[in-house]
Amino acid sequence: MNWSGIDTQIAVTAMLSAIACAIPGAFLVLRRMSMMGDAISHAVLPGLAMAFLITHSRDSLTMFLGAALVGVLTAVFVEAIHRYGQVEESAAMGVVFTTLFALGLVLLVRGADHVDLDAGCVLYGAMELVPLDTVAMFGFDVPRAALKMGAVAIFNGLFVLLFFKELTVSTFDPALSDTLGISSRWMNLALMAVVAITAVAAFESVGSILVIAMLIVPAAIAHLLTQRLPSFLWVAIGSAALSAWLGHLGALAIPPLFGFEDTNTAGMMAVASGVLFLLAVLFGRKKG
Amino acid sequence: MVSWADYNTKVVVLGVLALGTSCGFIGSFMLLRKRALMADTVSHSTLPGIAIAFLLMVAGGGDGKWLPGLLLGALISGLAGMGAVLAVQRWTRIKEDAALGIVLSVFFGVGVSLLGLIQKMSSGSAAGLESFIYGKTASMLTADALLIGAVGALSLVVCGALFKEFTLLCFDPDFATSQGLPVLLLDVILMSLVVGLTVIGLQAVGLILVIALLIIPPASARFWTDSLSVMAGLAALFGGVAGGAGALLSALAPKWPAGAVIVLANSLLFALSFTFGSARGLLVRWRDRRNLNRKIARQHLLRALYELAEENETDRVSWELVLEERSWSARVLRQEVERAKGLGLVLESDGKLQLTDAGMTRAARVVRNHRLWETYLITYADIAPSHVDRDADMVEHILDKAVIAELEALLQAEHHLPSPHPRGEGVTV
Repeated sequence: MNWSGIDTQIAVTAMLSAIACAIPGAFLVLRRMSMMGDAISHAVLPGLAMAFLITHSRDSLTMFLGAALVGVLTAVFVEAIHRYGQVEESAAMGVVFTTLFALGLVLLVRGADHVDLDAGCVLYGAMELVPLDTVAMFGFDVPRAALKMGAVAIFNGLFVLLFFKELTVSTFDPALSDTLGISSRWMNLALMAVVAITAVAAFESVGSILVIAMLIVPAAIAHLLTQRLPSFLWVAIGSAALSAWLGHLGALAIPPLFGFEDTNTAGMMAVASGVLFLLAVLFGRKKG
Repeated sequence: MVSWADYNTKVVVLGVLALGTSCGFIGSFMLLRKRALMADTVSHSTLPGIAIAFLLMVAGGGDGKWLPGLLLGALISGLAGMGAVLAVQRWTRIKEDAALGIVLSVFFGVGVSLLGLIQKMSSGSAAGLESFIYGKTASMLTADALLIGAVGALSLVVCGALFKEFTLLCFDPDFATSQGLPVLLLDVILMSLVVGLTVIGLQAVGLILVIALLIIPPASARFWTDSLSVMAGLAALFGGVAGGAGALLSALAPKWPAGAVIVLANSLLFALSFTFGSARGLLVRWRDRRNLNRKIARQHLLRALYELAEENETDRVSWELVLEERSWSARVLRQEVERAKGLGLVLESDGKLQLTDAGMTRAARVVRNHRLWETYLITYADIAPSHVDRDADMVEHILDKAVIAELEALLQAEHHLPSPHPRGEGVTV
């Protein structure tokens, strides 16, 4: 195995992405809305495509706006179908995200045929390309993607810090939240917007599959190991970062054992989080 | 130009039609079992199986593209994914939603990692595998279509044979258990059928969109009926029609991604059902609610007129008195009075309102029910008299006739019971 400076750059970018995802993911899992993470990360595709078709640029801000908009729309559609159509919530999710994803595919194929916004890249990410685009900072070559994901992680952290009380109460007791004047509905939509922004930011570098894994699995690990919300968040963040680092290590170290050079880092990070989850199941507290 | 006459187009259209039909049918049970997103997890967890099967076949000296082998791998890992979800739910405190998400992402991660290996292989023959993710509808072969038909027919037969058991499983699993039905086994059979359909659907529309075929048609069908057998049939029809039409459309316009077009055809049917569905559609429910609101408003008006007439010992009640009695605006009152006049319940002259004979009969019945309820709530439910009026207003519209009879005696004793025919016998209601 050959760990070079490039690998450090990739690992750090992935760790920042994982942390950025784990923070809103913790609340998704606590709200029993994990699959909303999956739904939103698929559903933002038309938002991306539309933002691109309208502005003809891959300017991050437009992409963020498009994605956040579609993320919120996903939540709104799911709620509307659930409430006005009396369709079970998970089925409503299935209807909405497959439709939006299909719409996104059509838009991409028909409208953005000749751009590098391809569906495969959205799925796996292009982690290997991360070190190709760097900025010099404090004497280091810092990947642009790492800066972006770091910013998103800080944004998500601030969101949770600023709205800690609101998020907590609307997660654990929506009825109480509404009586206290904190609209559980608006908190929900805000959380969905944060998830969507995070998903889109992470897409380019790490791909949607890692986004889903990092939204859900670290929070599930924390769920097995802790009971109080602050420690829950820290365990989620820690196991997300650890999965990311172990994942890249694994992508380099494991394939040579079978005679291959290396493999997809994003995929291995999801696998690493799965292994950590398994360990938490085996050695975590049994009750509680 | 591709056309319907083209043999290949026929194969594709018929293949997708068969797939849509069987997915819609089986999906109905999944939807009612509240397991719609299990299809999502299962379809993602087929990927490692496909990759492992490929690697094994290459290691065995083949080129790794032998379809039955790949499908077998997909089937095994799809079932493993399903088992993993059930295991996580059963042996940890992780809830179903997170269990689905964990299995989905970790299994898919394994698949992506393995594909990463395959892409680096010297043979470089991995190109075909990605079609499992996005589908390659247009290049479906006769053998593929036949396979879809066979698996679809098999799953329809199994579902038909176990229809009663599956119905019980969907609506009342606890009762099913108490009847000695092997609930876990039935669940596994149902989900195995889903895995089977998912696996053969992978090629047609890709693993991300095959879920749509399992979820959307049943969700659409639910708007039209409350009966499971009708729903399953309708879902099969919707799935088949949308699948066939979508495939045909994308064959005629080959630059459109077929899988996505098929899904959008399903979504269109969903939107139509959501709006126009005859059992739970938006319009039907809107009409029912409007009718109920009108009925309640009409009863309020009748009661107000009756009680005001009773209080003031006159038949004709002034407009202002009614406005004072009900918290209605003049506009709403005007609207309600016009409706009641249209039904021949109320007369209006010199700005005063009067109940017709028919209106009087109906008003007497409403007032009577209302007072019965008031008495009931005060006597039995221990509710303070000051709180009763509002509650009585709301529940009198659903009061059971048997309860009324019991309460009448009480009111009779207080001489507070309106006669059912206040202006003499023989008035028809």
